[in-house]
Amino acid sequence: MADAKVIPFDEDTRSRRGTPRPRGRARTKGDTGPGSPAVPPPLSAVPQTQAGGGGQDGQEDPAPVSAEPQEAPGGSAAQPSLPASVEALTDALGGFADRLLGGLWDRKVAHGLAFLRRRVTGDYEVDDFGYDQELTDQVLMSLLRPLYDQYFRVEVKGIENIPDEGGALVVSNHSGTLPMDGLMMQVAVHDHHPAGRHLRLLAADLVFVLPVVNELARKAGHTLACAEDAQRLLERGEVVGVMPEGFKGLGKPFSERYKLQRFGRGGFVATALKTGVPIVPCSIVGAEEIYPMVGNAKTVARLLGFPYFPVTPTFPWLGPLGMVPLPTKWTIQFGEPIPTDCYAPEAADDPMLVFNLTDQVRETIQHTLYKLLVQRRSVFF
Amino acid sequence: MGKVVLVTGVARQLSGRLVRRVMREPDVDRVIGVDAVPPEHHLGGAEFVRADIRHPMIARVLAEHGVDTVLHMDVSGTLPGKGGRAAVKETNVIGTMQLLGACQKAPTVRRLVVKSTTSVYGSAPRDPAVFTETMPPKSLPRGGFAKDAVEVEGYVRGFARRRPDVAVAVLRFANILGPRTDTPLSEYFALPVLPTVFGYDPRLQFVHEDDVIDVLLLALRDPARGTLNSGTFNVAGDGVLLLSQTARRLGKPTVPVLLPAVTWVAQTLRTAGITDFSPEQIRLLTHGRVVDTTQMRETLGFTPKFTTAGAFCDFARSRGPGLLPPERLARGVDRLAALVPTGGDQT
Repeated sequence: MADAKVIPFDEDTRSRRGTPRPRGRARTKGDTGPGSPAVPPPLSAVPQTQAGGGGQDGQEDPAPVSAEPQEAPGGSAAQPSLPASVEALTDALGGFADRLLGGLWDRKVAHGLAFLRRRVTGDYEVDDFGYDQELTDQVLMSLLRPLYDQYFRVEVKGIENIPDEGGALVVSNHSGTLPMDGLMMQVAVHDHHPAGRHLRLLAADLVFVLPVVNELARKAGHTLACAEDAQRLLERGEVVGVMPEGFKGLGKPFSERYKLQRFGRGGFVATALKTGVPIVPCSIVGAEEIYPMVGNAKTVARLLGFPYFPVTPTFPWLGPLGMVPLPTKWTIQFGEPIPTDCYAPEAADDPMLVFNLTDQVRETIQHTLYKLLVQRRSVFF
Repeated sequence: MGKVVLVTGVARQLSGRLVRRVMREPDVDRVIGVDAVPPEHHLGGAEFVRADIRHPMIARVLAEHGVDTVLHMDVSGTLPGKGGRAAVKETNVIGTMQLLGACQKAPTVRRLVVKSTTSVYGSAPRDPAVFTETMPPKSLPRGGFAKDAVEVEGYVRGFARRRPDVAVAVLRFANILGPRTDTPLSEYFALPVLPTVFGYDPRLQFVHEDDVIDVLLLALRDPARGTLNSGTFNVAGDGVLLLSQTARRLGKPTVPVLLPAVTWVAQTLRTAGITDFSPEQIRLLTHGRVVDTTQMRETLGFTPKFTTAGAFCDFARSRGPGLLPPERLARGVDRLAALVPTGGDQT
């Protein structure tokens, strides 16, 4: 556990420190050599992209730009005339930037600046649901990726079960006190699907009541879990992710882990039948243990208007430190799709069929969960 | 289109433009404009009758002129000239009741077109993301103009039941924007710094005033082949803009205000006489609202010339740049990009 906590903190500080450090050097550099126009670019460029990548309102950025406008018409033309020491420093910093951003960092910087330009001028598109694909691809997914790759070390199986085109309804179990599993599922589809599909999650109404959360959720392509929105998305041929257990699954006590709760009223099956899209069952192992919920402070929950208020071995005793999830090893398995286009759209009004299909999906997920649990070596590895 | 057209609320800019357009229609004999205050703009040869639609006198106007087409434009959040909320509500609701009562008694009336608003859907976090015409809102608007519009639509539905021979069209417009509009929302966008609700980025939809005129004319005419212009239709430009996007495109900085403090800020602004924030407008600027326009395209047969972004762009052009013009920001980023060496010679 001690190990586990070191990882996120280390990353956190590194990325946070990474921003001011180059900027500080850029300033000293500008003082010593005002006549060398080619030196500041890589230096000033690094913090700028990071600022652009992280923040959405770039209203603060004209200041650094206007501070050194006279250096604009320089470019790399003056490169050969640089003193040797400056060149060495540039090389060193180039190497540093290389390590920080990976190879081809200058292209990444140019790319980031183009992104920043579109952002500050508001020149980007969102769909009717408020989904900001560019922001999701460039920023939100990049923020979640370290958590996905390094922290939970998610292993994805059966991603090819999500069709390459057309609508599909991914139905998954829900657990973990905080809806981390939905986000990880979104990253899994985003990063691993061969056709580069985007998962559009259906979220509880609480998400759209909370400030900041609702804004980010809409921009990441989530929408309210209601039949109208789901149907509209599926008709547009999107991959929609739904967790029919809802808060019952998310906020269940640790002792009931990996026991699927009731699957709502089967509304998701009715919607899939209406639109004729396949249902892809999805089982997520590992999310249950990130916040082992040993108690539920119902009074506090009622006061705050939340469906439950978790008490874990670390939360709320350690304060914000208790919010750090346990670094469990995750497996996300997408199962065989269950076709629904063999039924007429009117079948959605047949409660027996809807119940049967709901049970079939539920059983599939539960069995896959058991199978994955048997295969699992340990919770953390 | 009918031979005699009656238009209510002609003292408004938009209605004035519409009246002038209707006058130019070939088969229209007369246009009668009605309002409680005389319009400041000319009506292009239309007759102006100074009448308050809240009074039964409107029935006499209808009968005297043998009106066959009625366009009810006097459903609005504000009154031209002065008038408190009570007067606005009375004009909206009582005015509509009187007008519909008069229409019911007038056997010549063949067509009724009512300008309504998408605010009848309200704005709530628990609503579906996109509203269709048949969707009832989860929480009905509790007050203000939105509630008036809900009540007006209720009376119009009652009228349509009682007079099945009259073709009734209710057009629910998204926020109308254009170079000449003076709605509460355009007043908001005219502020030098835009107050927003912290943590919310609402989705907004706009319809250009030119499109409003066009679609109203379409609803007044006889339906074209394969289309139907009676019923309820959402009218909005394609696409969606987030409030943050609109602010950046206008070049205006935003000031996020915490939701509990919003009403207080709104009250201060109202007292200072800068802009009138109604609670429903605050809700719109918190949760946003998007409507589906499939019916408008397929049944009504109308395609707006301006998208939401296009309508907003036209509006922004007419208002001049804000404190942070997007062009300047873009130039700033370009300058920054020029500083970055392009080749791979650094590594």
